[in-house]
Amino acid sequence: MLEFLQFTLSGISFGAVYAAVALSLVLIWRGTRILNFAQGAMAMFTTYIALEVIRGTGSYWAGFAVALAAGLVFGALAEVTVIRPVEGKPPLNAVIVTIGLLVLVEGLAGIIYGGQYRSFPAAFTVTGLRAGRSPLGISWFDVFTVLAVLAAAAALAAGFRYTTAGLRLRATAFDARIARLLGVRVGRVLTLGWALAGLLGALAGLLISPSTFLYPNSMDSIFVFGFTAAVIGGLDSPAGAVAGGLILGVLLSYAGGYLGSELTPLAGLVILALVLTFRPDGLFAGVRLRRV
Amino acid sequence: MSSAALSVGSLAAGYGGVLALKDVSLTAAPATITVVLGANGAGKTTLLRTVSGLVRPRAGRVLVDDTDLTGRPPEDVARAGVAHVPEGHGVIAELTVEENLRLGAMSWRRDGRNTGRAARAAAVAAACDRFPNLGRRRHKPAAVLSGGERQLLAIARALLARPRVLLLDEPSLGLAPRAVRQVMELISQLRAESGLTILLVEQNARGALAIADQGVVLSLGTVVATADAGTLAADVALRHHYLGY
Ligand SMILES: Nc1ncnc2c1ncn2[C@@H]1O[C@H](COP(=O)(O)OP(=O)(O)OP(=O)(O)O)[C@@H](O)[C@H]1O
Ligand SMILES: [Mg+2]
Repeated sequence: MLEFLQFTLSGISFGAVYAAVALSLVLIWRGTRILNFAQGAMAMFTTYIALEVIRGTGSYWAGFAVALAAGLVFGALAEVTVIRPVEGKPPLNAVIVTIGLLVLVEGLAGIIYGGQYRSFPAAFTVTGLRAGRSPLGISWFDVFTVLAVLAAAAALAAGFRYTTAGLRLRATAFDARIARLLGVRVGRVLTLGWALAGLLGALAGLLISPSTFLYPNSMDSIFVFGFTAAVIGGLDSPAGAVAGGLILGVLLSYAGGYLGSELTPLAGLVILALVLTFRPDGLFAGVRLRRV
Repeated sequence: MSSAALSVGSLAAGYGGVLALKDVSLTAAPATITVVLGANGAGKTTLLRTVSGLVRPRAGRVLVDDTDLTGRPPEDVARAGVAHVPEGHGVIAELTVEENLRLGAMSWRRDGRNTGRAARAAAVAAACDRFPNLGRRRHKPAAVLSGGERQLLAIARALLARPRVLLLDEPSLGLAPRAVRQVMELISQLRAESGLTILLVEQNARGALAIADQGVVLSLGTVVATADAGTLAADVALRHHYLGY
Protein backbone atom coordinates (compact mmCIF):
# COMPACT_ATOMS: atom_id res chain seq x y z
CA MET A 1 0.00 0.00 0.00
CA LEU A 2 2.80 2.39 0.95
CA GLU A 3 4.64 1.33 -2.16
CA PHE A 4 1.61 2.16 -4.26
CA LEU A 5 1.46 5.62 -2.70
CA GLN A 6 5.16 6.17 -3.33
CA PHE A 7 4.90 5.11 -6.96
CA THR A 8 1.87 7.33 -7.44
CA LEU A 9 3.49 10.41 -5.93
CA SER A 10 6.75 10.05 -7.80
CA GLY A 11 4.77 9.32 -10.97
CA ILE A 12 2.94 12.60 -10.54
CA SER A 13 6.25 14.41 -10.17
CA PHE A 14 7.73 12.96 -13.36
CA GLY A 15 4.34 13.32 -15.03
CA ALA A 16 4.41 17.05 -14.34
CA VAL A 17 7.57 17.33 -16.41
CA TYR A 18 6.04 15.29 -19.24
CA ALA A 19 3.04 17.60 -18.97
CA ALA A 20 5.24 20.66 -19.45
CA VAL A 21 6.84 19.14 -22.55
CA ALA A 22 3.44 18.01 -23.83
CA LEU A 23 2.02 21.48 -23.30
CA SER A 24 4.88 23.01 -25.25
CA LEU A 25 4.34 20.58 -28.13
CA VAL A 26 0.60 21.29 -28.12
CA LEU A 27 1.18 25.05 -28.22
CA ILE A 28 3.27 24.63 -31.33
CA TRP A 29 1.00 22.03 -32.88
CA ARG A 30 -2.12 24.17 -32.46
CA GLY A 31 -0.56 27.18 -34.10
CA THR A 32 1.50 25.67 -36.86
CA ARG A 33 0.47 21.99 -37.20
CA ILE A 34 4.13 21.18 -36.74
CA LEU A 35 5.59 18.64 -34.35
CA ASN A 36 8.80 20.17 -33.07
CA PHE A 37 11.25 17.30 -32.76
CA ALA A 38 13.85 19.76 -31.46
CA GLN A 39 11.75 20.72 -28.44
CA GLY A 40 13.69 18.45 -26.08
CA ALA A 41 17.05 19.43 -27.51
CA MET A 42 16.29 23.12 -27.07
CA ALA A 43 15.37 22.43 -23.45
CA MET A 44 18.64 20.55 -22.97
CA PHE A 45 20.55 23.55 -24.30
CA THR A 46 18.81 26.07 -22.06
CA THR A 47 19.59 23.82 -19.10
CA TYR A 48 23.29 23.96 -19.97
CA ILE A 49 22.94 27.74 -20.02
CA ALA A 50 21.34 27.56 -16.57
CA LEU A 51 24.26 25.46 -15.35
CA GLU A 52 26.77 28.03 -16.63
CA VAL A 53 24.90 30.89 -14.99
CA ILE A 54 24.56 28.99 -11.70
CA ARG A 55 28.29 28.32 -11.70
CA GLY A 56 29.11 31.90 -12.62
CA THR A 57 26.78 33.64 -10.18
CA GLY A 58 26.40 31.02 -7.50
CA SER A 59 22.66 31.57 -7.64
CA TYR A 60 20.31 28.76 -8.64
CA TRP A 61 17.49 31.19 -9.28
CA ALA A 62 19.58 33.37 -11.58
CA GLY A 63 20.25 30.28 -13.68
CA PHE A 64 16.59 29.31 -13.51
CA ALA A 65 15.44 32.73 -14.74
CA VAL A 66 18.06 32.98 -17.48
CA ALA A 67 17.14 29.51 -18.77
CA LEU A 68 13.46 30.43 -18.99
CA ALA A 69 14.32 33.65 -20.81
CA ALA A 70 16.64 31.75 -23.14
CA GLY A 71 13.81 29.30 -23.83
CA LEU A 72 11.55 32.19 -24.84
CA VAL A 73 14.21 33.65 -27.11
CA PHE A 74 15.21 30.33 -28.69
CA GLY A 75 11.59 29.41 -29.33
CA ALA A 76 10.94 32.72 -31.05
CA LEU A 77 14.20 32.56 -32.99
CA ALA A 78 13.51 29.03 -34.18
CA GLU A 79 10.11 30.07 -35.50
CA VAL A 80 11.36 33.18 -37.26
CA THR A 81 14.48 31.67 -38.81
CA VAL A 82 13.87 28.04 -39.71
CA ILE A 83 10.15 27.37 -39.25
CA ARG A 84 8.68 30.41 -41.06
CA PRO A 85 9.96 29.20 -44.46
CA VAL A 86 8.25 25.80 -44.12
CA GLU A 87 4.93 26.99 -42.67
CA GLY A 88 2.11 26.02 -44.99
CA LYS A 89 4.41 23.73 -46.95
CA PRO A 90 3.99 19.93 -47.04
CA PRO A 91 4.30 18.51 -43.49
CA LEU A 92 7.43 16.53 -44.35
CA ASN A 93 9.39 19.75 -44.88
CA ALA A 94 8.72 20.79 -41.31
CA VAL A 95 9.58 17.33 -40.00
CA ILE A 96 12.92 17.49 -41.75
CA VAL A 97 13.62 21.01 -40.53
CA THR A 98 12.84 20.26 -36.88
CA ILE A 99 14.84 17.02 -36.95
CA GLY A 100 17.66 19.01 -38.51
CA LEU A 101 17.36 21.52 -35.69
CA LEU A 102 17.48 18.64 -33.18
CA VAL A 103 20.70 17.32 -34.69
CA LEU A 104 22.18 20.80 -34.87
CA VAL A 105 21.39 21.74 -31.26
CA GLU A 106 22.58 18.42 -29.84
CA GLY A 107 25.73 18.62 -31.97
CA LEU A 108 26.41 22.17 -30.77
CA ALA A 109 25.93 21.12 -27.16
CA GLY A 110 28.38 18.26 -27.69
CA ILE A 111 30.96 20.61 -29.19
CA ILE A 112 30.55 23.33 -26.58
CA TYR A 113 29.97 21.32 -23.42
CA GLY A 114 31.32 17.88 -24.28
CA GLY A 115 29.49 14.59 -23.91
CA GLN A 116 30.05 13.85 -20.24
CA TYR A 117 27.18 13.57 -17.78
CA ARG A 118 26.89 16.58 -15.51
CA SER A 119 24.87 16.75 -12.36
CA PHE A 120 22.41 19.58 -12.25
CA PRO A 121 21.32 21.15 -8.96
CA ALA A 122 17.77 21.14 -7.63
CA ALA A 123 16.05 24.20 -6.22
CA PHE A 124 15.22 22.45 -2.97
CA THR A 125 16.47 19.50 -1.04
CA VAL A 126 16.04 16.16 -2.76
CA THR A 127 16.00 14.18 0.49
CA GLY A 128 12.81 12.21 0.82
CA LEU A 129 9.70 13.48 2.51
CA ARG A 130 8.12 11.37 5.22
CA ALA A 131 4.65 10.98 6.62
CA GLY A 132 5.45 10.04 10.20
CA ARG A 133 7.96 7.25 9.77
CA SER A 134 6.93 6.25 6.25
CA PRO A 135 8.96 7.59 3.35
CA LEU A 136 6.73 9.03 0.64
CA GLY A 137 9.16 8.51 -2.19
CA ILE A 138 9.23 12.20 -3.11
CA SER A 139 11.14 15.30 -2.02
CA TRP A 140 10.39 18.99 -1.63
CA PHE A 141 11.87 19.43 -5.08
CA ASP A 142 9.25 17.04 -6.47
CA VAL A 143 6.59 19.13 -4.79
CA PHE A 144 8.14 22.22 -6.33
CA THR A 145 8.22 20.51 -9.73
CA VAL A 146 4.51 19.76 -9.66
CA LEU A 147 3.60 23.21 -8.37
CA ALA A 148 5.81 24.96 -10.92
CA VAL A 149 4.25 23.08 -13.84
CA LEU A 150 0.71 23.58 -12.55
CA ALA A 151 1.42 27.28 -12.03
CA ALA A 152 2.80 27.60 -15.55
CA ALA A 153 -0.19 25.76 -16.97
CA ALA A 154 -2.62 27.91 -14.97
CA ALA A 155 -0.86 31.10 -16.04
CA LEU A 156 -1.04 29.96 -19.63
CA ALA A 157 -4.72 29.08 -19.34
CA ALA A 158 -5.48 32.47 -17.79
CA GLY A 159 -3.44 34.21 -20.47
CA PHE A 160 -5.32 32.36 -23.20
CA ARG A 161 -8.62 33.21 -21.64
CA TYR A 162 -8.27 36.76 -20.38
CA THR A 163 -5.78 38.58 -22.58
CA THR A 164 -6.12 39.89 -26.11
CA ALA A 165 -2.89 38.11 -27.07
CA GLY A 166 -4.44 34.90 -25.77
CA LEU A 167 -7.55 35.45 -27.84
CA ARG A 168 -5.39 36.04 -30.90
CA LEU A 169 -3.50 32.82 -30.20
CA ARG A 170 -6.69 30.80 -29.87
CA ALA A 171 -8.29 32.37 -32.94
CA THR A 172 -5.16 31.60 -34.96
CA ALA A 173 -5.12 28.02 -33.68
CA PHE A 174 -8.75 27.47 -34.65
CA ASP A 175 -8.73 29.27 -37.97
CA ALA A 176 -5.67 31.20 -39.09
CA ARG A 177 -7.34 32.36 -42.30
CA ILE A 178 -10.23 33.96 -40.44
CA ALA A 179 -7.85 35.46 -37.90
CA ARG A 180 -5.90 37.13 -40.70
CA LEU A 181 -9.11 38.49 -42.24
CA LEU A 182 -9.77 40.11 -38.86
CA GLY A 183 -6.39 41.81 -38.92
CA VAL A 184 -4.51 39.41 -36.65
CA ARG A 185 -0.82 39.42 -37.56
CA VAL A 186 -0.59 35.67 -37.58
CA GLY A 187 3.19 35.65 -38.02
CA ARG A 188 3.67 37.40 -34.68
CA VAL A 189 1.15 35.16 -33.02
CA LEU A 190 3.02 32.05 -34.15
CA THR A 191 6.28 33.52 -32.93
CA LEU A 192 4.67 34.11 -29.55
CA GLY A 193 3.40 30.52 -29.47
CA TRP A 194 6.88 29.15 -30.19
CA ALA A 195 8.38 31.46 -27.60
CA LEU A 196 5.98 30.25 -24.92
CA ALA A 197 6.67 26.67 -25.94
CA GLY A 198 10.39 27.34 -25.61
CA LEU A 199 9.81 28.67 -22.11
CA LEU A 200 7.84 25.59 -21.08
CA GLY A 201 10.51 23.33 -22.53
CA ALA A 202 13.18 25.21 -20.59
CA LEU A 203 11.13 24.75 -17.42
CA ALA A 204 10.91 21.01 -18.09
CA GLY A 205 14.69 20.82 -18.57
CA LEU A 206 15.32 22.61 -15.28
CA LEU A 207 12.93 20.37 -13.41
CA ILE A 208 14.00 16.99 -14.79
CA SER A 209 17.77 17.42 -15.02
CA PRO A 210 18.48 16.93 -11.28
CA SER A 211 17.17 13.38 -11.67
CA THR A 212 18.51 12.51 -15.14
CA PHE A 213 21.90 14.28 -15.28
CA LEU A 214 22.59 16.66 -18.11
CA TYR A 215 24.20 15.58 -21.38
CA PRO A 216 23.51 16.37 -25.05
CA ASN A 217 20.90 13.60 -25.40
CA SER A 218 19.51 13.90 -21.91
CA MET A 219 16.13 15.25 -23.04
CA ASP A 220 15.53 12.73 -25.83
CA SER A 221 13.52 10.29 -23.75
CA ILE A 222 11.73 13.16 -21.99
CA PHE A 223 10.72 14.45 -25.42
CA VAL A 224 9.31 11.04 -26.35
CA PHE A 225 7.36 10.84 -23.10
CA GLY A 226 6.17 14.42 -23.54
CA PHE A 227 5.03 13.58 -27.06
CA THR A 228 3.23 10.49 -25.78
CA ALA A 229 1.52 12.63 -23.15
CA ALA A 230 0.47 15.12 -25.81
CA VAL A 231 -0.97 12.31 -27.91
CA ILE A 232 -2.85 10.94 -24.89
CA GLY A 233 -4.31 14.42 -24.48
CA GLY A 234 -5.24 14.68 -28.14
CA LEU A 235 -2.35 16.94 -29.36
CA ASP A 236 -4.77 19.83 -29.67
CA SER A 237 -5.80 20.36 -26.10
CA PRO A 238 -3.66 22.16 -23.50
CA ALA A 239 -5.75 20.70 -20.67
CA GLY A 240 -5.44 17.27 -22.28
CA ALA A 241 -1.66 17.65 -22.43
CA VAL A 242 -1.44 18.31 -18.71
CA ALA A 243 -3.78 15.42 -17.89
CA GLY A 244 -1.91 13.20 -20.37
CA GLY A 245 1.42 14.03 -18.74
CA LEU A 246 0.18 13.16 -15.27
CA ILE A 247 -1.50 9.95 -16.44
CA LEU A 248 1.61 8.85 -18.30
CA GLY A 249 3.88 9.71 -15.39
CA VAL A 250 1.84 7.60 -13.00
CA LEU A 251 1.51 4.67 -15.42
CA LEU A 252 5.24 4.66 -16.14
CA SER A 253 5.98 4.85 -12.45
CA TYR A 254 3.82 1.77 -11.79
CA ALA A 255 5.46 -0.05 -14.69
CA GLY A 256 8.94 0.84 -13.46
CA GLY A 257 8.11 0.14 -9.84
CA TYR A 258 6.28 -3.15 -10.18
CA LEU A 259 7.85 -4.57 -13.33
CA GLY A 260 11.36 -3.15 -13.17
CA SER A 261 12.75 0.25 -14.12
CA GLU A 262 14.43 -1.12 -17.26
CA LEU A 263 10.92 -1.59 -18.64
CA THR A 264 9.93 2.08 -18.35
CA PRO A 265 10.88 3.10 -21.91
CA LEU A 266 9.18 0.02 -23.31
CA ALA A 267 6.04 0.76 -21.29
CA GLY A 268 6.07 4.27 -22.73
CA LEU A 269 6.16 2.90 -26.27
CA VAL A 270 3.39 0.40 -25.52
CA ILE A 271 1.18 3.17 -24.16
CA LEU A 272 1.91 5.36 -27.20
CA ALA A 273 1.09 2.48 -29.55
CA LEU A 274 -2.13 1.66 -27.70
CA VAL A 275 -3.33 5.26 -27.74
CA LEU A 276 -2.46 5.73 -31.41
CA THR A 277 -4.28 2.50 -32.26
CA PHE A 278 -7.40 2.81 -30.18
CA ARG A 279 -7.77 6.51 -29.39
CA PRO A 280 -5.79 8.37 -32.08
CA ASP A 281 -7.58 11.61 -31.19
CA GLY A 282 -6.65 11.26 -27.54
CA LEU A 283 -8.35 9.84 -24.49
CA PHE A 284 -10.61 12.84 -24.18
CA ALA A 285 -11.71 13.08 -27.82
CA GLY A 286 -15.38 13.88 -28.20
CA VAL A 287 -15.45 15.84 -24.97
CA ARG A 288 -14.07 18.87 -26.70
CA LEU A 289 -15.93 20.84 -29.31
CA ARG A 290 -15.51 19.68 -32.84
CA ARG A 291 -12.96 21.62 -34.87
CA VAL A 292 -14.60 23.27 -37.85
CA MET B 1 -7.54 59.36 -58.60
CA SER B 2 -11.29 59.16 -58.49
CA SER B 3 -13.67 59.47 -55.57
CA ALA B 4 -14.29 55.70 -55.61
CA ALA B 5 -14.25 53.97 -52.24
CA LEU B 6 -13.20 50.74 -53.89
CA SER B 7 -11.63 50.43 -57.29
CA VAL B 8 -10.53 47.20 -58.89
CA GLY B 9 -8.60 47.51 -62.14
CA SER B 10 -7.88 44.72 -64.66
CA LEU B 11 -7.58 42.15 -61.92
CA ALA B 12 -6.37 38.65 -62.78
CA ALA B 13 -6.05 35.85 -60.24
CA GLY B 14 -6.31 32.11 -60.00
CA TYR B 15 -5.32 28.87 -58.37
CA GLY B 16 -2.35 26.93 -59.68
CA GLY B 17 -2.71 26.74 -63.44
CA VAL B 18 -6.31 27.98 -63.54
CA LEU B 19 -7.18 31.63 -64.00
CA ALA B 20 -10.41 32.21 -62.11
CA LEU B 21 -10.40 35.97 -62.76
CA LYS B 22 -9.30 37.52 -66.03
CA ASP B 23 -9.23 41.27 -66.40
CA VAL B 24 -11.95 42.23 -63.91
CA SER B 25 -12.55 45.93 -63.32
CA LEU B 26 -15.14 47.67 -61.18
CA THR B 27 -15.51 50.81 -59.12
CA ALA B 28 -17.81 51.41 -56.19
CA ALA B 29 -18.72 54.91 -55.00
CA PRO B 30 -18.74 55.62 -51.26
CA ALA B 31 -21.83 54.47 -49.37
CA THR B 32 -23.16 52.25 -52.14
CA ILE B 33 -24.03 48.60 -52.50
CA THR B 34 -22.55 46.78 -55.47
CA VAL B 35 -23.92 43.32 -56.03
CA VAL B 36 -21.73 40.79 -57.81
CA LEU B 37 -23.75 38.17 -59.68
CA GLY B 38 -22.91 35.16 -61.76
CA ALA B 39 -23.26 31.40 -62.03
CA ASN B 40 -21.42 28.88 -59.86
CA GLY B 41 -17.73 29.05 -60.61
CA ALA B 42 -17.95 32.48 -62.25
CA GLY B 43 -15.23 33.84 -59.98
CA LYS B 44 -17.26 35.84 -57.46
CA THR B 45 -15.60 34.37 -54.39
CA THR B 46 -12.20 34.67 -56.03
CA LEU B 47 -12.85 38.36 -56.64
CA LEU B 48 -13.56 38.99 -52.95
CA ARG B 49 -10.58 36.87 -51.91
CA THR B 50 -8.29 38.79 -54.19
CA VAL B 51 -9.52 42.13 -52.87
CA SER B 52 -9.00 41.03 -49.27
CA GLY B 53 -5.59 39.51 -49.96
CA LEU B 54 -6.41 35.83 -49.44
CA VAL B 55 -5.53 35.23 -53.08
CA ARG B 56 -2.59 37.05 -54.65
CA PRO B 57 -3.42 38.84 -57.87
CA ARG B 58 -1.44 37.91 -60.99
CA ALA B 59 -2.14 41.32 -62.50
CA GLY B 60 -4.17 44.44 -61.86
CA ARG B 61 -4.82 46.82 -58.99
CA VAL B 62 -6.91 47.04 -55.85
CA LEU B 63 -7.42 50.54 -54.43
CA VAL B 64 -9.39 51.47 -51.34
CA ASP B 65 -9.90 55.21 -50.93
CA ASP B 66 -6.93 55.60 -53.24
CA THR B 67 -4.69 53.50 -51.02
CA ASP B 68 -3.03 50.81 -53.10
CA LEU B 69 -3.64 47.45 -51.43
CA THR B 70 -2.64 45.25 -54.36
CA GLY B 71 -0.97 42.06 -53.24
CA ARG B 72 -0.89 43.02 -49.55
CA PRO B 73 -1.47 40.22 -47.05
CA PRO B 74 -4.98 39.88 -45.61
CA GLU B 75 -4.09 41.25 -42.18
CA ASP B 76 -2.80 44.47 -43.76
CA VAL B 77 -5.85 44.79 -45.98
CA ALA B 78 -8.09 44.27 -42.96
CA ARG B 79 -6.20 46.92 -41.03
CA ALA B 80 -6.57 49.30 -43.96
CA GLY B 81 -10.35 49.10 -43.53
CA VAL B 82 -11.59 46.19 -45.62
CA ALA B 83 -13.76 43.65 -43.81
CA HIS B 84 -14.39 40.35 -45.57
CA VAL B 85 -17.16 38.03 -44.45
CA PRO B 86 -16.16 34.89 -46.35
CA GLU B 87 -18.31 32.22 -47.91
CA GLY B 88 -19.83 30.19 -45.08
CA HIS B 89 -19.50 33.13 -42.64
CA GLY B 90 -16.20 32.17 -40.96
CA VAL B 91 -17.51 32.35 -37.41
CA ILE B 92 -15.09 30.53 -35.08
CA ALA B 93 -17.44 28.02 -33.49
CA GLU B 94 -15.09 27.11 -30.62
CA LEU B 95 -14.89 30.70 -29.38
CA THR B 96 -17.74 32.37 -27.57
CA VAL B 97 -20.00 34.84 -29.31
CA GLU B 98 -18.33 37.64 -27.39
CA GLU B 99 -14.83 36.45 -28.26
CA ASN B 100 -15.77 36.41 -31.93
CA LEU B 101 -16.99 39.97 -31.57
CA ARG B 102 -13.89 41.05 -29.64
CA LEU B 103 -11.72 39.72 -32.44
CA GLY B 104 -13.56 42.04 -34.78
CA ALA B 105 -12.69 45.07 -32.65
CA MET B 106 -9.07 44.15 -32.10
CA SER B 107 -7.31 45.66 -35.08
CA TRP B 108 -8.66 49.17 -35.38
CA ARG B 109 -6.62 51.50 -37.48
CA ARG B 110 -5.62 54.82 -35.94
CA ASP B 111 -8.00 57.25 -37.56
CA GLY B 112 -8.33 59.78 -34.77
CA ARG B 113 -11.04 57.88 -32.95
CA ASN B 114 -10.53 56.37 -29.53
CA THR B 115 -8.98 52.94 -29.86
CA GLY B 116 -8.57 52.17 -26.14
CA ARG B 117 -9.64 49.04 -24.35
CA ALA B 118 -12.77 50.68 -22.95
CA ALA B 119 -13.83 51.89 -26.40
CA ARG B 120 -13.46 48.37 -27.76
CA ALA B 121 -15.48 46.87 -24.94
CA ALA B 122 -18.16 49.50 -25.48
CA ALA B 123 -18.29 48.68 -29.18
CA VAL B 124 -18.73 44.98 -28.41
CA ALA B 125 -21.46 45.80 -25.89
CA ALA B 126 -23.21 47.96 -28.46
CA ALA B 127 -23.15 45.10 -30.96
CA CYS B 128 -24.69 42.82 -28.33
CA ASP B 129 -27.46 45.36 -27.82
CA ARG B 130 -28.07 45.77 -31.51
CA PHE B 131 -28.31 42.00 -32.05
CA PRO B 132 -30.17 40.72 -29.00
CA ASN B 133 -30.05 37.11 -30.22
CA LEU B 134 -26.28 37.34 -30.03
CA GLY B 135 -26.21 39.41 -26.86
CA ARG B 136 -28.27 36.87 -24.96
CA ARG B 137 -25.71 34.19 -25.70
CA ARG B 138 -22.57 36.27 -25.63
CA HIS B 139 -20.82 33.87 -23.26
CA LYS B 140 -21.87 30.71 -25.14
CA PRO B 141 -19.68 29.13 -27.81
CA ALA B 142 -20.71 30.33 -31.26
CA ALA B 143 -21.39 26.67 -32.08
CA VAL B 144 -24.79 26.98 -30.36
CA LEU B 145 -26.02 29.61 -32.85
CA SER B 146 -28.27 28.81 -35.78
CA GLY B 147 -27.07 29.38 -39.33
CA GLY B 148 -28.83 32.72 -39.56
CA GLU B 149 -27.46 33.84 -36.23
CA ARG B 150 -23.95 32.86 -37.26
CA GLN B 151 -24.31 34.95 -40.39
CA LEU B 152 -25.44 37.89 -38.24
CA LEU B 153 -22.50 37.29 -35.92
CA ALA B 154 -20.09 37.28 -38.85
CA ILE B 155 -21.53 40.56 -40.12
CA ALA B 156 -21.55 42.10 -36.64
CA ARG B 157 -17.93 41.03 -36.18
CA ALA B 158 -16.98 42.56 -39.53
CA LEU B 159 -18.71 45.83 -38.60
CA LEU B 160 -16.81 45.97 -35.31
CA ALA B 161 -13.63 46.34 -37.35
CA ARG B 162 -14.93 49.83 -38.34
CA PRO B 163 -14.43 49.04 -42.01
CA ARG B 164 -14.67 51.42 -44.93
CA VAL B 165 -15.41 48.60 -47.33
CA LEU B 166 -17.42 45.50 -46.47
CA LEU B 167 -17.16 42.36 -48.61
CA LEU B 168 -20.00 39.88 -48.14
CA ASP B 169 -19.90 36.46 -49.79
CA GLU B 170 -23.36 34.93 -50.13
CA PRO B 171 -24.62 35.94 -46.70
CA SER B 172 -28.04 34.44 -47.45
CA LEU B 173 -26.74 31.02 -48.47
CA GLY B 174 -28.57 28.22 -46.70
CA LEU B 175 -30.77 30.52 -44.65
CA ALA B 176 -34.54 30.23 -44.21
CA PRO B 177 -36.53 32.86 -46.15
CA ARG B 178 -37.21 34.89 -43.02
CA ALA B 179 -33.52 34.98 -42.12
CA VAL B 180 -32.67 35.95 -45.72
CA ARG B 181 -34.98 38.95 -45.49
CA GLN B 182 -33.47 39.91 -42.15
CA VAL B 183 -29.95 39.79 -43.54
CA MET B 184 -30.88 41.77 -46.66
CA GLU B 185 -32.61 44.42 -44.54
CA LEU B 186 -29.57 44.67 -42.33
CA ILE B 187 -27.30 45.17 -45.34
CA SER B 188 -29.37 47.99 -46.74
CA GLN B 189 -29.57 49.61 -43.30
CA LEU B 190 -25.78 49.53 -43.01
CA ARG B 191 -25.29 51.48 -46.16
CA ALA B 192 -27.82 54.08 -45.05
CA GLU B 193 -26.56 54.57 -41.53
CA SER B 194 -22.80 54.29 -41.75
CA GLY B 195 -21.68 55.32 -45.20
CA LEU B 196 -20.21 51.89 -45.73
CA THR B 197 -19.29 50.72 -49.21
CA ILE B 198 -20.53 47.18 -49.69
CA LEU B 199 -19.56 44.57 -52.24
CA LEU B 200 -22.18 41.86 -52.01
CA VAL B 201 -21.92 38.48 -53.72
CA GLU B 202 -25.29 36.79 -54.04
CA GLN B 203 -26.97 33.87 -55.76
CA ASN B 204 -30.31 35.39 -54.85
CA ALA B 205 -30.08 37.95 -57.66
CA ARG B 206 -33.58 39.32 -57.33
CA GLY B 207 -33.32 40.06 -53.61
CA ALA B 208 -29.85 41.48 -53.94
CA LEU B 209 -30.65 43.76 -56.88
CA ALA B 210 -33.58 45.12 -54.88
CA ILE B 211 -31.25 46.60 -52.26
CA ALA B 212 -28.23 47.35 -54.50
CA ASP B 213 -27.21 50.51 -56.32
CA GLN B 214 -25.07 48.81 -58.89
CA GLY B 215 -24.73 45.32 -60.30
CA VAL B 216 -21.78 43.52 -61.84
CA VAL B 217 -22.25 40.22 -63.65
CA LEU B 218 -19.33 37.83 -63.88
CA SER B 219 -19.06 34.87 -66.19
CA LEU B 220 -16.04 32.61 -66.40
CA GLY B 221 -13.88 35.16 -64.69
CA THR B 222 -14.75 38.19 -66.78
CA VAL B 223 -17.24 41.02 -66.36
CA VAL B 224 -20.08 40.60 -68.83
CA ALA B 225 -22.23 43.45 -67.56
CA THR B 226 -21.98 46.45 -65.25
CA ALA B 227 -25.00 48.66 -64.76
CA ASP B 228 -27.15 50.23 -62.10
CA ALA B 229 -29.26 47.70 -60.26
CA GLY B 230 -32.58 48.74 -61.75
CA THR B 231 -31.27 48.44 -65.30
CA LEU B 232 -29.90 44.97 -64.65
CA ALA B 233 -33.11 43.79 -63.02
CA ALA B 234 -35.05 45.01 -66.05
CA ASP B 235 -32.78 43.34 -68.61
CA VAL B 236 -34.73 40.18 -69.31
CA ALA B 237 -32.23 38.65 -71.75
CA LEU B 238 -29.32 39.12 -69.36
CA ARG B 239 -31.34 37.77 -66.47
CA HIS B 240 -32.24 34.65 -68.43
CA HIS B 241 -28.78 34.11 -69.71
CA TYR B 242 -26.63 34.70 -66.63
CA LEU B 243 -28.88 34.93 -63.62
CA GLY B 244 -31.40 32.20 -64.30
CA TYR B 245 -34.62 33.94 -63.35
N1 LIG C 1 -9.22 26.82 -53.74
C1 LIG C 1 -9.34 26.60 -55.06
N2 LIG C 1 -8.44 25.85 -55.71
C2 LIG C 1 -8.55 25.64 -57.05
N3 LIG C 1 -9.52 26.14 -57.80
C3 LIG C 1 -10.46 26.90 -57.21
C4 LIG C 1 -10.41 27.17 -55.81
N4 LIG C 1 -11.46 27.95 -55.51
C5 LIG C 1 -12.12 28.16 -56.65
N5 LIG C 1 -11.53 27.54 -57.68
C6 LIG C 1 -11.96 27.59 -59.09
O1 LIG C 1 -11.99 28.93 -59.50
C7 LIG C 1 -13.15 29.20 -60.25
C8 LIG C 1 -13.93 30.33 -59.61
O2 LIG C 1 -14.39 29.89 -58.35
P1 LIG C 1 -15.13 30.86 -57.34
O3 LIG C 1 -15.22 30.12 -56.05
O4 LIG C 1 -14.49 32.17 -57.34
O5 LIG C 1 -16.56 30.95 -58.00
P2 LIG C 1 -17.91 31.55 -57.43
O6 LIG C 1 -18.43 32.46 -58.46
O7 LIG C 1 -17.72 32.09 -56.08
O8 LIG C 1 -18.82 30.24 -57.39
P3 LIG C 1 -20.00 29.87 -56.37
O9 LIG C 1 -21.21 30.58 -56.83
O10 LIG C 1 -20.15 28.38 -56.56
O11 LIG C 1 -19.57 30.22 -55.00
C9 LIG C 1 -13.91 27.89 -60.34
O12 LIG C 1 -13.61 27.30 -61.57
C10 LIG C 1 -13.37 27.07 -59.22
O13 LIG C 1 -13.39 25.71 -59.55
MG1 LIG D 1 -18.46 31.58 -54.21
